[in-house]
Amino acid sequence: MQVKVFITPKAGILDPQGRAIEHSLHQLGFSTLQGVGVGKYIVLELAAASAEEVRAEVTKMCEQLLANTVIEDYSFEVVSS
Amino acid sequence: MKWGVVTFPGSLDDSDTLYALREVMGQEAIGLWHKDRDLRGVDCVVLPGGFSYGDYLRCGAMARFAPIMAGVIEFAAAGGLVLGICNGFQILCEARLLPGALTRNRSLSFICQRVTVRVENAATPFTRAMATGDLLRLPIKHGEGLYVAPPAELERMERRGQVVLRYAGEDGALSEANNPNGSIRAVAGVANEHFNVFGLMPHPEHAVEAMVGGTDGARIFASIIESRA
Repeated sequence: MQVKVFITPKAGILDPQGRAIEHSLHQLGFSTLQGVGVGKYIVLELAAASAEEVRAEVTKMCEQLLANTVIEDYSFEVVSS
Repeated sequence: MKWGVVTFPGSLDDSDTLYALREVMGQEAIGLWHKDRDLRGVDCVVLPGGFSYGDYLRCGAMARFAPIMAGVIEFAAAGGLVLGICNGFQILCEARLLPGALTRNRSLSFICQRVTVRVENAATPFTRAMATGDLLRLPIKHGEGLYVAPPAELERMERRGQVVLRYAGEDGALSEANNPNGSIRAVAGVANEHFNVFGLMPHPEHAVEAMVGGTDGARIFASIIESRA
């Protein structure tokens, strides 16, 4: 099963990359742009019996390694295969 | 006392740290390999600067799980002294041996320059050879040195004296201009609540000889030596 994991900076954490990109997009003329957040996208392939098992495993992976929960939030979607 | 300096894949300043300890401070210092759990009876473990595991995922995120870290965590829990320099500081935060986290510099650029840090708490094993208010001239070389911690945690740390070093001007004043990376409250180094674990972004091992620009780094090593005398 494939899982798409999204890791983003927590609200309130300075995101200088997001700000830099926002600034550049404004310079390119995208005046309707009001904000940019930059995160990570990680794709996992797991051999597991059920989506429930996969969710439990991936949660542990996120909590232990993939995200630093002091400064990041994570979410994921299980892609049925 | 006996020192141990850990080498992770991608560590850079391990040999410079061993040089500073052995050749300049005259200390017994051994190298510790990331795959070994045994700390071999050292009194102080140093996690050196560098780019362990390529800084992949997050700086220090994977080094935190190296076999040696199980030994370091146990050692720290028992009151052993642990010093984390730059990447070492990042690893200690990832391992939750220190509060908070180090994030990308506000300017987004890698900063390599000499800075002044002010000693905020001289009552720790890492600063006892100094006085509160003392200024140290140390080099920084990092892309991810912006220290953050949840506001409530930061308040507790400030009250307890866990903020040990702050970036300051040559006159000791705090200002945005004197804060090279945007760290919250200009934090440059912190200790845990038991004051046996200390992490700092500047490199003391690169300021132990006048020939390369100054010896203020030696004062941190001297403090640790004094604490174990």
